[in-house]
Amino acid sequence: MALSCVLEPALSGFNFDNSTRNIVLENGSEEGKIKAPKPMKTGTTIAGLVYKDGVVLGADTRATSDEVVADKKCAKIHYIAPNIYCCGAGTAADTEKTTDMLSSNLTIFSMNSGRNPRVIMAVNILQDMLFRYRGMIGAHLILGGVDCTGSHLYTVGPYGSMDKVPYLGMGSGKLPAMGILEDRFKANMDLEEAKALVSDAIHAGIMSDLGSGNNIDLCVITKEGWTISDLTESPL
Amino acid sequence: MATALRFPANVSTFNNYNDLHPDWTQREVSTGTTIMAVEFDGGVVIGADSRTTTGAYIANRVTDKLTPIHERIFCCRSGSAADTQAIADAVTYQLGFHSIELDEAPLVQTAASLFRDMCYRYREELMAGIIVAGWDRRRGGQVYTVPVGGMMTRQPVSVGGSGSSYIYGYVDSNYRTGMSKEECLKFTAEALTLAMERDGSSGGVVRLAVISEQGVERQAILGNQLPKFSTV
Repeated sequence: MALSCVLEPALSGFNFDNSTRNIVLENGSEEGKIKAPKPMKTGTTIAGLVYKDGVVLGADTRATSDEVVADKKCAKIHYIAPNIYCCGAGTAADTEKTTDMLSSNLTIFSMNSGRNPRVIMAVNILQDMLFRYRGMIGAHLILGGVDCTGSHLYTVGPYGSMDKVPYLGMGSGKLPAMGILEDRFKANMDLEEAKALVSDAIHAGIMSDLGSGNNIDLCVITKEGWTISDLTESPL
Repeated sequence: MATALRFPANVSTFNNYNDLHPDWTQREVSTGTTIMAVEFDGGVVIGADSRTTTGAYIANRVTDKLTPIHERIFCCRSGSAADTQAIADAVTYQLGFHSIELDEAPLVQTAASLFRDMCYRYREELMAGIIVAGWDRRRGGQVYTVPVGGMMTRQPVSVGGSGSSYIYGYVDSNYRTGMSKEECLKFTAEALTLAMERDGSSGGVVRLAVISEQGVERQAILGNQLPKFSTV
């Protein structure tokens, strides 16, 4: 456990107060029923891979609400720590809040202990939290980072399962992205090859999946630091 | 608690994807699986396939389902990936603590009991079939099975997971007491291969480990090196 935590979790069970309120609102009065707002999904293609000097993460930038594009320049690569970034697919609010809380907790840990956070620590904290909520938090995450033990890429699922992998695609566009990655991935690629492969994988997702589109964001993390770049694709 | 059990129908979960997303990729991650463990004189041989599925999509084709719990105690995980990972983490902590208190290597039976306690207490919420295997000084190599529901029993050979149904006949007819380490390795690899051939949720590579007084030796048999059987 982190030495101290932001937002101490509730000690017993779930709190469904808001759901009771929602039922009352939905069943409504004689004037009219109030419909609960639909959660915004991030449709999404996200991908990551480990290359010779670090990790490359990529994501598209489309956020959908059913068939409408709600956000054309949505940022799906979230900051966790100077050396750790996280791509999120699933329910937009859940990935946003979960990664925010994780980032806050790791910052407190860094300040308390004087150490840089490790990727496996971020993974453990996420697993603990998502498992506790039994899949109700719709966050499918790819975490990548470089720490004192090396470069790592992990995926954490909404039920709290994790896998350590050299390359991965997630989101609704994961099938085309994985096709590209399975075909061209090699261990210890150099930077240009790795960036090209990730952006091609996201591109495949954008082309073949309706829920993914607009631009491609890339994030490269190495021992020295990180760079985020936008690859501008013409809107599709 | 009443609040915890009431799930309001209008709360949409992330499973309500619209037609854009194929439903079969949205299920919970399961370790489909075939797992196996065999005792021999001086240790145990454990083995597993390497496929993790979400519905009909293979989320990870090189999974490691042989999870170390302590230096000479491993568990083979089948069922829900999230549940088994969480249980294994909890038991690793408890066993580590117990071992430090005792200042001695823990018994395999202790590890199996910890798994059983957790799997039985939370049997309604969990979906986990686990085989605990290892070596200790008191009783040598031991295999304990803790299937879904939380029973625990010691067996000389145990199989588990969705693919195990296809190899009960093979295991029952080919197991003999007093096999050597190499014979056990061959037996396990062949049984797992046969299960992987027939079970859609099992596949990938065969991961094997031998646990004995000397420590743990791990190996992986890749797809093209698997034992070959009839191609009819």
